[in-house]
Amino acid sequence: MQQEALKAIIMELFPAITFEEGGEWLTMQIAPADWKPFAKILRNAKGLECDYLFCLTCIDWKTHLTMVYHLTSTIHRHSLVVKAKLDRNTPEIETVCDIWRTAEFHEREVYELFGVKFLNHPDLRRLILTDDFEGFPLRKDFEDPVNMIRL
Amino acid sequence: MIEEVATTAEGDLVINIGPQHPSTHGVLHLVVTLKGETIRKVEPHLGYIHRSIEKMCESLTYRQFIYVTSRMDYLSAHINNHGCAMCVEKGLQLEVPARAQVIRVLMDELTRIASHELWWGALSMDLGAFTPFFHAFRERETINDIMEETCGARLTMNYMVPGGVMYDLHPDFQRRVKEFLKLYKLKIGEYDDLITGNVIFQNRMKSVGILSKEDAISYGCSGPVARGSGVSCDIRKLYPYEVYDKVSFDEVLETNGDSFSRYLVRLREMNQSIRIVEQLIDNIPEGEFQAKTKAVLKLPKGEFYTRVETARGELGIYIVSEGGTTPYRIKFRSPGFSNLSALDHMVRGSKIGDLVATMGTLDLVIPDIDR
Repeated sequence: MQQEALKAIIMELFPAITFEEGGEWLTMQIAPADWKPFAKILRNAKGLECDYLFCLTCIDWKTHLTMVYHLTSTIHRHSLVVKAKLDRNTPEIETVCDIWRTAEFHEREVYELFGVKFLNHPDLRRLILTDDFEGFPLRKDFEDPVNMIRL
Repeated sequence: MIEEVATTAEGDLVINIGPQHPSTHGVLHLVVTLKGETIRKVEPHLGYIHRSIEKMCESLTYRQFIYVTSRMDYLSAHINNHGCAMCVEKGLQLEVPARAQVIRVLMDELTRIASHELWWGALSMDLGAFTPFFHAFRERETINDIMEETCGARLTMNYMVPGGVMYDLHPDFQRRVKEFLKLYKLKIGEYDDLITGNVIFQNRMKSVGILSKEDAISYGCSGPVARGSGVSCDIRKLYPYEVYDKVSFDEVLETNGDSFSRYLVRLREMNQSIRIVEQLIDNIPEGEFQAKTKAVLKLPKGEFYTRVETARGELGIYIVSEGGTTPYRIKFRSPGFSNLSALDHMVRGSKIGDLVATMGTLDLVIPDIDR
C-alpha cells in the first residue's frame, strides 16, 4: 500500500523514471544525468523527505556498473532504493554529499574500490587503499596473484 | 600520507594521531590540523586493517561467509553473525524455530552488555581513570565465560547459522545467566558512583562534541551516537526482528547531543538489555534449535537487505545474488564508518583534549570501519 502511494508521488514529481518490481522496497532506475535533481526531490518533496542515506554502494555487472542508494525517511519511516546504471569505462555520476553528508565518505570508498568518479565531490581522495595501489579491487576482473586466495 | 610534523600555509600545525595510539583503540590514523590547541580539521586515514571482507565473501558460500563477519565488529560478533544469518534466511524464506529466536536475542543482548562494558571502561581510561576498566572487565569476563561455555569461543563466536544456532544451549546457561544478573544488579550502581557523578568527568563530557539532530541524520549516524542527539533509530523498535516485538524495553533517547548524552544512552541501554534478558531467560521455548536446511544453500536471484542493531548502531547486510552458491556482491553497511564521518564536524573548534573524549563516546571499533 505504502509503496503505491510513494510511487504516485514520485511519478507526479519526476515522470522520467522506471520502477523495478519485486524488491522489498520501492526500487527505481534512473539515468545518471538525472540523479542530482531527483535526489533533491527525494530529500525535500513533501511526503517523501528521505533524509537518511543508510547505504551507498556499487555493483559491478561486468558490462556496466550500478550505483545503489538506499534511502529512508526518519519522518515517514519509508525506505526506497535508487539505482543508476553507469558506463564501465568512464563511470561518472554527480555527488550527493551536499544533500546527505554521509555520502562524502561512502563515495570516497566507492571511488577507490570501483573507480567511479563523483563529479563536484569536495575531497575525492583515497580513503582505505595506499596511494600507489593499482586497480579497483571490488571490480570483478580484478586479479591479485599474491593476496587473493580462491577457495 | 603525511609522515612528519608539518605546518600549513596559514601556520597551523599538522600532527598525526595514530595509527598506534592508545586512545584510538585500534589502528585508526587521524591527521589533525591545529591552531594552537584548537582543532581546525580532523582527517581520518583508514585502511590499516582493511582485509576486503566484501571481496572475500564473494568467493565464500552462504554458510562460510558468516564466519568472516565475526572479524568485523569483534565486540558485537554475535549480532554481526545474526544479521548475516537473517539475510540468508530472508533469501531462502526460511522460518527459524522459536527456541532459536529466543536464544539469538539472549545472546545479542548479552553481547550488547559486554560491548558497552568494554566501552565504559575504555572511555574512562581515555579520560585518565584507570579503576573503572577493572570494574567493567570483572562483569564482562562473566559474560565471556557464559559465551565460552555455550559457543566455545569468547570473542569470535560464529554461533548463528542460517536456520538457527549451531548447537543447543549449555545446560548451565540459565543458571549462570541468572547469577550474572544478580551480580550485575549489585554492581550497576557502582558505575554511577565511580564516574557519572564525578565533576571532572562531567566537565569534560558536557557541551563537548555536540552533534545536532539534523547533522546526526545527515551524517548517517546510528545507534547510541544518533540516539544521544534525539534521533529515534533503534532497529529493534522500528523494524523488529526475531522476538523483539514480544519483549518490553524502552528506546533510550537523550536530546543534548553532547558526549555526556551519548554516555548516558549507553549506560541506560545496558539496563534495557538486562530487562530483555530477564524476560526471556525463564521463557526459552522447548524444541528445535535449528531449522532443517539443505547441505548446500542457494539463494534465488535477487537482492536481500537486512538491518540489525549492533552495539554500535545499524548494521546493514546487502546481498546481491545471481542464484549461485556464493553471493555475487555483498555490502556491509557498518555503523562505525558513518559515525566516524561525523567526527570532524563534531570536534572542529574544540580543544585537542576533547578529541579523545569525543572519540571515546563514538565507540569506534576499527575493523568494523575498515572491513
